[in-house]
Amino acid sequence: MDYGEHEGVMGLEVHAHLLTDSKLFCGCSTKFGAEPNSHTCPTCMGLPGALPVLNKKVVDFAIRVGIALHCSINRKSIFARKNYYYPDLPKGYQISQYEEPICENGYLDVFINGDKKRMRIKRVHMEEDAGKLVHEATIETSSYSLVDYNRSSIPLLEIVSEPDMRTPEEAVQYLKTLRDILVYLEICDGNMEEGSFRCDANVSVRKKGTEEFGTRAELKNLNSFKFIERSLDYEIQRQIDVIRNGGSVVQETRLFNVDEGITYSMRGKEEAHDYRYFPEPDLLPLIVDDAWIEEVRRSLPELPVEKMERFMKEYGLPRYDVEILVSDKDLAHYFEEAIRLFPEPKTVSNWIMTEFLRELKDGSASAKDSPLSPAHLAELLSLIKDGTISAKIAKDIFPELFRSGASPKRLVAEKGMVQISDEDAIVRIIDEVIARSPKEVAEFRAGKEKLLGFFVGQVMKETKGKANPKLLNELMLKRLKGLP
Amino acid sequence: MEDILELTIAQIRELLQKRKISSVELTNYFLERIKRFDGDISSYIKVTEEYALKMAGDADKKIADGENGQLLGIPLGIKDIYCTKGIETTCASRILKGFIPPYDATIIRRLKDEGYVHLGRLNMDEFAMGSSTETSYFGITRNPWDLERIPGGSSGGSAAAVAADECIASIGSDTGGSIRQPAALCGVVGMKPTYGRVSRFGLIAFASSLDQIGPFTKDVEDCAIMMNAIAGYDPRESTSVPLNVPDYTEFISRGIGGWKVGIPKEYFIEGIHPDIEKAMQRAITTVEGLGATCVEISLPHTEYCLAVYYIIAPAEASSNLARYDGVKYGFRPQGSIDLLDMYKKTRSAGFGAEVKRRIMIGTYALSSGYYDAYYKKASQVRALIKRDFTEAFTLCDAILTPTSPTPAFKIGEKMDDPLQMYLSDIFTISTNLAGIPGISVPCGFTKDGLPIGAQFLAGHFEEGKLIQIASAFEKYANIEKRRPAL
Repeated sequence: MDYGEHEGVMGLEVHAHLLTDSKLFCGCSTKFGAEPNSHTCPTCMGLPGALPVLNKKVVDFAIRVGIALHCSINRKSIFARKNYYYPDLPKGYQISQYEEPICENGYLDVFINGDKKRMRIKRVHMEEDAGKLVHEATIETSSYSLVDYNRSSIPLLEIVSEPDMRTPEEAVQYLKTLRDILVYLEICDGNMEEGSFRCDANVSVRKKGTEEFGTRAELKNLNSFKFIERSLDYEIQRQIDVIRNGGSVVQETRLFNVDEGITYSMRGKEEAHDYRYFPEPDLLPLIVDDAWIEEVRRSLPELPVEKMERFMKEYGLPRYDVEILVSDKDLAHYFEEAIRLFPEPKTVSNWIMTEFLRELKDGSASAKDSPLSPAHLAELLSLIKDGTISAKIAKDIFPELFRSGASPKRLVAEKGMVQISDEDAIVRIIDEVIARSPKEVAEFRAGKEKLLGFFVGQVMKETKGKANPKLLNELMLKRLKGLP
Repeated sequence: MEDILELTIAQIRELLQKRKISSVELTNYFLERIKRFDGDISSYIKVTEEYALKMAGDADKKIADGENGQLLGIPLGIKDIYCTKGIETTCASRILKGFIPPYDATIIRRLKDEGYVHLGRLNMDEFAMGSSTETSYFGITRNPWDLERIPGGSSGGSAAAVAADECIASIGSDTGGSIRQPAALCGVVGMKPTYGRVSRFGLIAFASSLDQIGPFTKDVEDCAIMMNAIAGYDPRESTSVPLNVPDYTEFISRGIGGWKVGIPKEYFIEGIHPDIEKAMQRAITTVEGLGATCVEISLPHTEYCLAVYYIIAPAEASSNLARYDGVKYGFRPQGSIDLLDMYKKTRSAGFGAEVKRRIMIGTYALSSGYYDAYYKKASQVRALIKRDFTEAFTLCDAILTPTSPTPAFKIGEKMDDPLQMYLSDIFTISTNLAGIPGISVPCGFTKDGLPIGAQFLAGHFEEGKLIQIASAFEKYANIEKRRPAL
């Protein structure tokens, strides 16, 4: 998108729900969709006297992200209380990190139309989620509110970027890349609809070529890539219009109305909360030593960017293939399993990107759950290679192989689809065809070589497509030209 | 039966084990005394008679089965600040009226493990904010030594109940002196352990970085027995410290020959009651008579303690008390028109004046633009106060000070003057800021017959040293045995 003489300036705050089994400060389950208030205890209900104990797993996850985003991991970080009143916040404060977060000053490389752009990461910190209010109807028409604290104290990572994005596309590309990384690290399921991956955006505009930032508005709770792109575009355009009309942008918090496609003011600067942050006295400073960081580093899986580079280098695949294969960790794994048994990367990649992905999308399954195992795919490709079946036949039976999970070898045998590669057998049929088509033979020999296709087709018809096409072509040519 | 009055936990435990008395008899004895005398004193908010007798019955069975908990069958009073499963726990506040915790505080669990008997809930200043037990929503507690006077606070009920023999011992909490000051004013022993020694899990928080739990007892040996029961690491409390706990009773009668005892010059200020000053002189003589040397030491940042405390404690309290919003438990008035109205009505009617004052001070101190000048600066000075003690303990084994600058004052005397009230804790607050342990032991009476306390302080996790010096002092000082005339 182009905004003429202006440009947008965006920084993003991502909240990622972490895939731990238990909550940030107590042993309650984090499972989604349980009976209201069944996953609660005195600590996550904020009962008088209850105290928090830090879940070590969450620190592991934060360090993983810190390493993946090239952050410095603070050897000492502290938790802080963020104080505000709302019924879904049982203690009247959220335990978060403020001064001295666990990770700072990293970056994320993002590819925008093939060009690499480095987005700086300001900080990554741990915090707890709030519960949620439940209403019989809408919040305006209900006569009471109920509170469900199951979500209370589920661990979140907040990942804050520097204001390095200039267009909504850049912002979305950053978010997609970041989400891929979190999913790769197995710390977040990346589900935006369920709120596991949420985003707030700080948006301002300025004249191109200037350094100074404009006044920013904060857009809250953006929960799909499509809406993020639309709301950012709208907000940038809105701010430019305000300035062009001689006005000035106001610092405020805005929400996106999906139906109307516009953003509107939620609260102004005057109504902004004073969160009265102060160090959480119920938790000691978190000390992370080098050994802990090294342990996490060793257990870190390969990240998407590294994997892409390796796939290109090690398997000689083009970037286009690699982007598709690596976009999904399970798919990349599937690919590598298949080439272990059938070491022709480009052939495997071609089959995965066409036949396999088509079937996968139709059934909306993940590569991990595919009934057609990587071993069976390799087996199928071997059958083509050794001439047992033709590629055509392999394509024809692919849907059935995918659905049934049957062994390609067995299926081909059962259906009698083994390719005819016996020269004598093929020659016999060729001779029959030649014998009953004297007119066409004469025309061919007179120079109408296009008729080769006719003869081959006739043989294929006789053999129900099973004749080895390469062999058939060779033999047919020889016989027609009267060679021995 | 009257001689039960004279008996300590150590002695009664023996009687129980030898079946000279049953826990049920003992419990009934104290329930009777409460009925007889607590009308005047009001140390209990609530007596849990049925619950107590059931626990006593269970204890008797265990004794019969040969079990031997450290507090098996011993009737105790509990400050109404510890969450106790199934027992209304109010913190002496209207806002928690009707709150019945679904869980036990760690200290309650530990006491249960040792077989104690829960006599009832002891009165206190609302949310432990006060030095006189006059801010309780459930009414004031009176000093057994003079019913016109306050028992000290905030654990006034816990001190008065032990002084009036309405329980054998009790549990209190100490944020700025709330165990030691009432112990001094009621003539009993009270200890505030090191921050991190006793788990705060289930203690309703006032100021999280200062709160500690400790016992009120008739003598120092009982203090050691109670400490053995309640001290120790708790994985559910992040600031509790994973250190081994010694057997504190082993520190009794070890003596303090060769010790250096520090006398901080900043603690002998204008305005100390003359009888207390004299008692302190006698205490120094006593300590020296035990073979220790008293040395003058300096705690140079003493003058800032009160100011630092009255920023940090209210700041933490303003956040800790935010959860009392009428949404989940306790008091909520009817007829609110919306959420904000419910918050306002609940908190306006639910909290008393002193609690509101501290919430406002604390909210202000944490506000954007003021945080650096108040909370942050106070935290920095707090580090200096802590360092004062670290340096002092390189020069001495323990420190001796008065516990309180005055004996028990008259009811109502300081209620309209918060600053005067806050001065009651001038000798005890620094201990909480530094996180070190302190103990108050009886050290005589004023001319008017009011008890006076001496305070000993030691380094972090040196409660054993406090037991050692306090028990030697108690034995040698030969303080006249008196009982309040009830």
